[in-house]
This record gives sequence, structure tokens and C-alpha cells, in this order.
Amino acid sequence: MPDSLQRIVIVGATSSIAEHCARLWAAKGGVAFTLVGRDAARLERVAADLHVRGAGSTVTVRTADFSDPRAIRALADAVVAEGMPHQVLIAHGSLPDQQQCQRDLDAACEALDVNGVSPVLFAEAFAGHMEPVGGVITIIGSVAGDRGRRSNYVYGAAKGLVTRYAQGLQHRLAGSGSALKVVLVKPGPTATPMTAHLPQRGLAPVEQVARLIVDGANAGKPVVYAPGKWALIMMVIRHLPAVVFNKMNI
Amino acid sequence: MVKVSSWGRLDSHEHDLVPLADRDQAVRAVAGGRGLPQGNARSYGDVCLNPDGRLWRMTGLDRFIAFDPGTGRLRCEAGVLLRDIQRMSIVHGWLLPVTPGTQMITVGGAIANDVHGKNHHVLGSFGDHVLQLRLARTDGRVIDCGPDLEAGWFAATVGGMGLTGVIVEAELQLRRVAGPWLVTDTVPYRNLDEFFQLADTSEAGWEQTVSWVDCLSGIGRGLFFRANLAAIPDRGAESGRKPKRVPFVPPVSLVNGLSLRAFNETYFRANTLKAGYAVAHFEKYTYPLDNLHDWNRMYGPRGFYQYQSVVPRAAGQAAIQAMLAAIKASGQGSFLAVLKTFGDRTSRGMMSFPRPGVTLALDFPNRGAQTAALFERLDAIVRDAGGRIYAAKDARMPRDLFESGYPRLAEFLQYRDPGISSAMSRRLIGS
Ligand SMILES: Cc1cc2nc3c(=O)[nH]c(=O)nc-3n(C[C@H](O)[C@H](O)[C@H](O)COP(=O)(O)OP(=O)(O)OC[C@H]3O[C@@H](n4cnc5c(N)ncnc54)[C@H](O)[C@@H]3O)c2cc1C
Repeated sequence: MPDSLQRIVIVGATSSIAEHCARLWAAKGGVAFTLVGRDAARLERVAADLHVRGAGSTVTVRTADFSDPRAIRALADAVVAEGMPHQVLIAHGSLPDQQQCQRDLDAACEALDVNGVSPVLFAEAFAGHMEPVGGVITIIGSVAGDRGRRSNYVYGAAKGLVTRYAQGLQHRLAGSGSALKVVLVKPGPTATPMTAHLPQRGLAPVEQVARLIVDGANAGKPVVYAPGKWALIMMVIRHLPAVVFNKMNI
Repeated sequence: MVKVSSWGRLDSHEHDLVPLADRDQAVRAVAGGRGLPQGNARSYGDVCLNPDGRLWRMTGLDRFIAFDPGTGRLRCEAGVLLRDIQRMSIVHGWLLPVTPGTQMITVGGAIANDVHGKNHHVLGSFGDHVLQLRLARTDGRVIDCGPDLEAGWFAATVGGMGLTGVIVEAELQLRRVAGPWLVTDTVPYRNLDEFFQLADTSEAGWEQTVSWVDCLSGIGRGLFFRANLAAIPDRGAESGRKPKRVPFVPPVSLVNGLSLRAFNETYFRANTLKAGYAVAHFEKYTYPLDNLHDWNRMYGPRGFYQYQSVVPRAAGQAAIQAMLAAIKASGQGSFLAVLKTFGDRTSRGMMSFPRPGVTLALDFPNRGAQTAALFERLDAIVRDAGGRIYAAKDARMPRDLFESGYPRLAEFLQYRDPGISSAMSRRLIGS
């Protein structure tokens, strides 16, 4: 594989946001993609699409068990053995049903795992390899991680975990003077095929969110709200006193 | 249930919107289901609506499957936008042979309405360049068809208004181009005689022909636009346009008699002054409205109709003259008025709109009974001339005109998927 290709690893590559990020990278051409996901058939479809879009790009797919720390470690080792990534995007997750999580602890546990623990373990596994050489690791969190709310606090707690983790990793890398950057993205509600049955008001187009993520990742920004208005909205929400906040039905 | 309207924004109805995002999921969702496939809802009327029923929204099926830059053959999912195809393929020196006046439509929608562009006399309609397609039926069958494979299914599905099944993927033949540039020529015409002369003399030397007609002039003055792809060295592939947006729905239509008369006058004069040759990027020239997002809002909360008919060439001039006179007399109409000739080609689809003749397309702000009355006068002219009305634009044509305009209807109905129905099919076919 020619050295001139930019190596981009995408974990959770079949998610709509990740797929749109990949398309933006592919449009520039000259990318060596590694797509990691759970469903081989769906990964192959995304790979074929990127292959057509990305003039002179290559695409490799890998499946992995996203809940097994050893499998995550082994996957990162194997990917790095093929060549050190320039960019890693960690994008997997699922939108759990809060009510169900309250009733069913298995559902809650799985939601915490797939949205919180698993992304953190992937980031940690790649960070170990990339710290000495630099690059960018982008993790998709959520505005839901900024303050727990009754409508989705299990999901919010998992994304809060990702937020604290990213902060800590950024702190560690700043201390070591590493050229590795960590980008934490906090998308607001996004219009993807999976939210198409919801009222579309207030949902950001996935292309717009992907554009902000890719620009933020390319620039190595520490925190990216997507769209940017959520930075302000969440600042207000974070600082609302409990007496006010608790009366809000959000 | 969510409210969905089509491009004309005439009304919005509750729909059970089911987004499809994956080819296998699509086949599974359609099997045993009842609904209607919907692309990007760029049809003006009710062909893409199924009020109180299910819509399979296809825009999530937007992946390329394979492209061969050597032969220009592209396989892709049915929800891919024509814009995304062209932006990908132009880099390799290929474009879609046929596209309509907007690129923001899906491959499935382009096939289902067998859309046409400005180059019909040279390249026919969209269906002429479809090599194969895969159809998922509500009885669970998956049918691969093409011009030489299950040809009946193919001819029914091209122009089939989504009623024969859900197109999941398609293989298209793109065409070689030297680059994204067009050489264009604008020629003013003062009346329909001049229009037909220009059309006749331009077809041999110009691949794209279309004209804007001043619908308030009554005499059929307008501007004739013709263009050819040009081998001009690349000036950078991006068209570099900044999109603009109509930010809200104005309380009344911005298009009314006063604004229109002034606008048409200015447009005609300005373009008469700068008539002649120019060089333009294909995106900017061919899809001027794509850069004004949500322009359909400008007609206000009651929405608008488009009336597009085609009449055979023999009766053509008199019929167009009569329609323009009726429009002028009614004081209705809009800036968007397109007059164009179709070439002598028979479309592949049983229900395809394009046929040899001349087509007139006009937008009309919805003014209720007044607009309906005008349409009845236009219908009578189209009926007498042996013409037809375009389903992609229609929300109101009478059933008899549909039946007389589409003589292969009975043959088509044999291929219909009984699980699929639209507002239009219920209105015009009865189920
Ligand atoms: C600005 C503008 C300019 C236009 N100019 C032209 C023009 O020059 N020439 C022209 O021919 N048309 C023109 N049109 C009309 C437009 O090209 C057609 O209405 C087109 O079919 C819209 O495609 P869509 O993807 O939005 O499909 P929709 O409008 O959502 O659906 C159209 C039909 O396709 C069916 N359909 C959609 N996807 C599938 C699928 N996967 N499988 C089976 N059936 C499916 C639907 O059921 C429906 O019957 C124009 C429209 C606009 C808004």
C-alpha cells in the first residue's frame, strides 16, 4: 500500500454519521480506510460505496466483538500492525429506550456498555499505539452527556463517561507532549434514516453533522458541538440551578 | 405518523413513514407489507403520496455498489441522488446521459417517472439508459429485469409510478464527457412560429434544447436555450455555488399577476441583451433551481400546481397557442414556464410520459376554483390534440384524460403490485 495514502480507521462504520464522515474523507481521495463493525454484510456495502466514491482509495473491513476488552485490544493491535493510523473515528452506539432501561437492567447494562465502556476501550487501545507518533482520535459523545435528564439519562450517563474519559486522555497527552490529539464530538439530535419516523423539526441533517465532525477531526479540535449552537444551549442547561432544571420536562 | 407533502405543497397528510436504509432490510420490509415507495419527494403532486398509509422512504438506500470507470457502468442503490452520481462520475469523465431540471432526485424516482431532460431528441429518457434493475414485490418476490431480461417487468416499471414494486437497486450506463463544461447559446423568439423554427433548426446541431416562454405575453415570446457539452480544459471540477434558501413560507404567494408581469418583462429584456454564446458549468446551467433551496415555499401556504402536457407535433402549434391564450386570459401563471420539443423516440416504459411532440410545463399558484377552471380549459385542449399529462407533476387530472393519454394502461395493470397504492393510483386507477 503506498505510503502517501492517509490511513483512517472507523469503528462503528455502518452508523449513519460514520458513513457520512467516511464519504467526506473519501471524496478527497487517497485514503486507506479500515472499517470496523459487527455486521460483515453491511460493512461490505459501506466498503463498496467508499471504494466508488474515493478516487484512489482502498478499503479494508474487519468485524469485532465490541463488548470484549480482549477482542478490542487484539483488533487495535492487528489494525496498527498494518500501518499506523492517521485518524481513528470511534462512532458506534445505540439509542436505548430510557423506560426500558429503567425496567430491565440487562438493557441498561448493554446501553451503558455499547455507548460508554466500549468506545472508551477502543480509544484506549488505539491511544497506546498512537501516543508516541501522533495522529487524531475522534470519539463521538453526545450533548446528552452534558447533564443527566429524565428522558435519556442512561444513555446520557454512558456519554458522560465518554466525556470524562476524553478529558482525561487529553490531559494525559498534553502532559506527555504527545502529538496525538483527541477530539470529542457532541452531536445534537441528528436526522438519520433511523430517526426519520420522528418529527424532523430540530433534527440536524446528518451531512451537516458529518461535515463538522470531519472538519473538527482534521483540525484536531478538543471539543466539537455539532451543530455549533449546542455549545451554547448545553452551557445554559449545565448551569441551570436544580430548582429550575427539575421543573423542566426534557 | 408524520405529515408529508410533495414538492407542490398543496397539502400535507399523515403518513406512516418507514425509512429503508439497507437492501436486505428493504426486501424484508416490502414483503407482506402495504405501502408506496417514495424517493426524494420532488414530484409535484400526489404520485409519491399515500395519505394515511405507509411510505417506504428510499433515500437511506444511498450506496454505490460498483462503478467501472472504463465502461461507465454504475450499479447503485435506488435511493442514490443523481447529484451524488454526477459528482462522483465527473471526476472519471462520465455523466448521466439524461437528467431532469433538478439533480435532487433519486434513481428510483427517476426510473419510476421515466424522467426526461433537455436532450430528449438525442438521448431519450432516463429509462433508455437503465441496463437492469431489481424489483422487490410485496408478495416477497425479487425480480431482476432489464430491456432484454424479463422485458415486460422492465417496461412496466420504467415510468410505472412505483406501482409495480420497490426498485432496490439499478445498473445504469453513464456517458463519456470531456468535462463539466457546456457551450450555451440563448436566442430570443417573438412568437411560436419562431420557436418552432428554432426547435427544428437546432435539433441537429445542439444536444440540449429548451425554452422559457413568457406565459403572459399570449403570443408565445420567449428565450430559446441550446447547449452542447464542450471539450474545454478543466477549470476545476467544483461549480463553486453558494446555496441560498427561501427562509420561511410567506403568508401569500409571492407569485402574482403584478410581480410576474414585471419579472417576465425584465427577464426577457435582460436575456435579449445578453443573448448569444457563453460557457457554463453543467450544474449551474442545467439545475439553476437546485441552488435556491426550498424555492417551492415562495408560492405561500396553499402551495402550487405544475401543469405539464405533451401534444403530438402535428397539432402542436395550434394547441400550444390555444393554451397560452387560455392562460393569458385567466391572468394566472408563473415565471416557470417551459416549452420544449421531444424527439421522435418511443419510450421504453408502458406508462412513460415522453412521446414525439411538444411539451409545455407551467407552475400555477393554487387559487382554488379559479385554478381548477383554467386546468379544465387546458385539459380540453390537450384532449382534443391527443396529448397527455405528466404524472410526476399532476395532482388533479381527470380519469378519462389519463386513460386516453396512456393507451397501454390495461397492459400495465397486469404488472401492478396489489400491495402498492398511492393517492394518484386511487384517484386515477381506482385502487
Ligand atoms: C425543480 C424541479 C425540476 C424538475 N424538472 C423535471 C424535468 O425536467 N423532467 C422531468 O421528467 N421531471 C422533472 N421534475 C420532476 C422529477 O424529476 C420527478 O418527479 C422525479 O420522479 C422525482 O424523483 P424523486 O426521487 O423525488 O421521487 P418521488 O417524487 O419521491 O417519487 C416519484 C415516483 O417514483 C416512485 N419511486 C420512488 N422511489 C422508488 C423506488 N425505489 N422504487 C419504485 N418506485 C419508486 C414513487 O412511488 C413515485 O411514484 C422536476 C422536479 C423539480 C422539483
